[in-house]
Amino acid sequence: MTQTKRGPAHEPITQPRLGLVGWLRWMWRQLTSMRTALMLLMLLAVAAVPGSIWPQRSVDPPRVNEFIRNNPTLGEWLDRFGFFDVYSSPWFAAIYLLLMVSLIGCIIPRAGVHWRAMRALPPRAPRNLTRLEAHATTELSADPEVVLAATRAVLSRRRLRIRRPEEGREREVASEGGYLKETGNLVFHISLLAVIVSVAVGHLWGWRAEVILPEGETFTSQAGRYDTLQTGPWVDEGSIDPFSLRIDRLDVEFETDAGGAQFGAPRLFEATATTTAEPGAPEQERVFGVNNPLHFGGTSVYLLGNGYATVTSVTDGEGTSLGTFTTPFLPQDDNYASTGAIKIPAADPQLGFYGVFLPTLRFADAGPVSDFPGLVDPALLLGVYEGTLFPGGRPQSVYTLDTAQMEQLVTEEDELSRLLLRPGDTMELPGDRGTIVFEDVIRWGGLVVRHDPGRIPVLISSIVLLGGLITMLTVKRRRVFVRVTRPGEGGGGPGERHTGLTIAGLAKGSDPNLQDYLDRIVEDIETAVATKDTA
Amino acid sequence: MTNQTLAQASDIAVWASMVLLTVAMLAFAGHLAVTGTRARSRSTDAQATADSAVGSAEQSGSVAVLTPPEVEPAPSRRWGVIGLQVTWLATFALIAGIALRGLSVSRAPLGNMYEFAVAAAMFTLVVYSAWALRKDRLWLGLFVTLPVLLILGAAKLSWYTEASQLMPSLNSIWLVIHVSVATLSVALCVIGCALALLYLAKDRAEHKGEVPGWLAALPSSPSLERITYGIHIVAFPLWTFTLIAGAIWAEQAWGRYWGWDPKEVWTFVIWVVYAAYLHARATSGWHPRKATWLAVAGAGCILINYTIVNTFFVGWHSYSGI
Repeated sequence: MTQTKRGPAHEPITQPRLGLVGWLRWMWRQLTSMRTALMLLMLLAVAAVPGSIWPQRSVDPPRVNEFIRNNPTLGEWLDRFGFFDVYSSPWFAAIYLLLMVSLIGCIIPRAGVHWRAMRALPPRAPRNLTRLEAHATTELSADPEVVLAATRAVLSRRRLRIRRPEEGREREVASEGGYLKETGNLVFHISLLAVIVSVAVGHLWGWRAEVILPEGETFTSQAGRYDTLQTGPWVDEGSIDPFSLRIDRLDVEFETDAGGAQFGAPRLFEATATTTAEPGAPEQERVFGVNNPLHFGGTSVYLLGNGYATVTSVTDGEGTSLGTFTTPFLPQDDNYASTGAIKIPAADPQLGFYGVFLPTLRFADAGPVSDFPGLVDPALLLGVYEGTLFPGGRPQSVYTLDTAQMEQLVTEEDELSRLLLRPGDTMELPGDRGTIVFEDVIRWGGLVVRHDPGRIPVLISSIVLLGGLITMLTVKRRRVFVRVTRPGEGGGGPGERHTGLTIAGLAKGSDPNLQDYLDRIVEDIETAVATKDTA
Repeated sequence: MTNQTLAQASDIAVWASMVLLTVAMLAFAGHLAVTGTRARSRSTDAQATADSAVGSAEQSGSVAVLTPPEVEPAPSRRWGVIGLQVTWLATFALIAGIALRGLSVSRAPLGNMYEFAVAAAMFTLVVYSAWALRKDRLWLGLFVTLPVLLILGAAKLSWYTEASQLMPSLNSIWLVIHVSVATLSVALCVIGCALALLYLAKDRAEHKGEVPGWLAALPSSPSLERITYGIHIVAFPLWTFTLIAGAIWAEQAWGRYWGWDPKEVWTFVIWVVYAAYLHARATSGWHPRKATWLAVAGAGCILINYTIVNTFFVGWHSYSGI
């Protein structure tokens, strides 16, 4: 009830009310309280879980479609509440935005308090030191002034800030140390914000593209040349780095030693490439691969996929060449049974081949399969189609054949024509339509090209965050108070130099080692006094 | 490529370690039984002596001569010490098992679920053994050897993978950095969870006023709570580092530092839960008991992350072998 307002005259009862400002202030207090922050944290943890249970559009869109197809009702409802886009859903955003606001509302006042605390003097010693939980008393055979000087020296050597001596309190020392704890805490929370801001920067100005590049072909980076290109809302497509890249050789090896599930697992995956940073720049030979990306300025190229591409040449019935085609096939299983389509638009009528490439052919009961991902007995199995390749001129995938306006060819025995080719084989197409030659198998590399201006800021803020975290968890904020009594006052024998010393400590938060710490200070003081005495 | 003799020697070393751990566990259980019942009988004895002394003084009306109760020898720590020594042996056997496995495949043995689990078990034992050298932690032995045995058992039975080379994406220095720190912090969280549960049990018993024998052998509940917190403030920065190192590696290997892959999601969830634990402990109005439940929840999330997420959820973190 920080603000009250008088109600309008016609209201019978005038009750104190929170005005708009009051309400806002109340809400702000609630939002920035530790309790709310804690609730939001736990909520964030719970809200993140669904994204790991159901497929996410941001990660794997085809799996989302498959899930919705298989579970129409559940899928529809999940989709309605954003469970397939958890991390960009309004409810997830609401939680982390509230958490951010709560964080800011926590950081700002704390920073102010800490700033003042850093410049303020430690508070005076309480009247009764032995009431504090951690304390110790001892007697020293030295003058009180000597003991006080030694105490000050020991405390400042332990980097505790000491309160200036005041009149009437000459024989007590109040000190405080470990301000770094709160500094670390603030640094941790500020870096947390910095991480979130950097991620947002990367999202707004970053882009990611994919391209499949067969060995020997040169690729020049331009917005239109990529197979897919996802850009952040504020990306200028003209600013894409115009590097070019040719994969000269792609080395891939598979496990042949171990049995079981390990057999055929990939073991080596490396590309040797010729690159130029921009048009006209000198060519460079560079090796890159998994865990070893290429960098062109702020753009990085990753080798993430690989597969086989077939090189085939087709002639028509008169023996005229219709072209030589390098066609990437997409792997469908761990043994690289791959599907692809060879399209011959120059043929009349147009021809299309659709089928599978098997690096190691075996005839199983269910049909031909691949037994191993390496090229042991490569074979190409194709069906032949005739008709219109691009009905309506619509864009289509290069890996499949749109057979809406095509018909599969049949042999003279009236069976569907199927071709089985091994490298070097030439086969006649049915009905004197010409020949197809399977000339060679090469590999292709699946490249992911990424530009993320938030990457380095995220890294730096995370490292600072870790530093702040370690500081805040290891440094202890402690206050140490010492009071010295004259000989006789503390109960020592008269005439002797028994100066009493009481030390007590206060810690912020849990500090099981506080008593040890005080005992060690007392030891240090005793040593300091002893050496001063002998000197 | 793979040296089968060394791989077999590694398997034998891990089995030997499990046998030793079983012995250690029984010894530690014996230790708790001995110290626990003694601790309780001592307190009840003292109470009885005091009662009878007061009684006799009233009866005779004269100054009662209090014969001090016979000073009972401190409860024997023999079983605990045996347990600890056998645990050290088991630790060495497990370290040998991991080293042999690494030698057999000429790489860091951190490449599949079996190897992760064994590494986490090894770190748990190393942390406990080193800790017990500096402080009296005999009472904790049972609650460390038991989960470690369970982890090793699961590793042997469900996650065992033949020694072999790695897939190329795992072939990176970050594998060693990311996975070893991850397994180390998991190890700390395992011990932390054991401590948290012990604190909760003891706290409950103290509230009921009935502390059964084995619980009496443990430190007081406030000090258990402090130890629980102490181990988590070591584990949390390590887990934070795991997260950062994982992001750096993901950036190199997959072209993005964060992609909400199920494994990434759960690493994040675990981080948030432990952050909530540390936060709750600093929040006035939250009893340490409630906060400690969050630490237990964090350990639960680690368990889910390791078992369910690794095997059932589809993502980039698919490990060869199972």
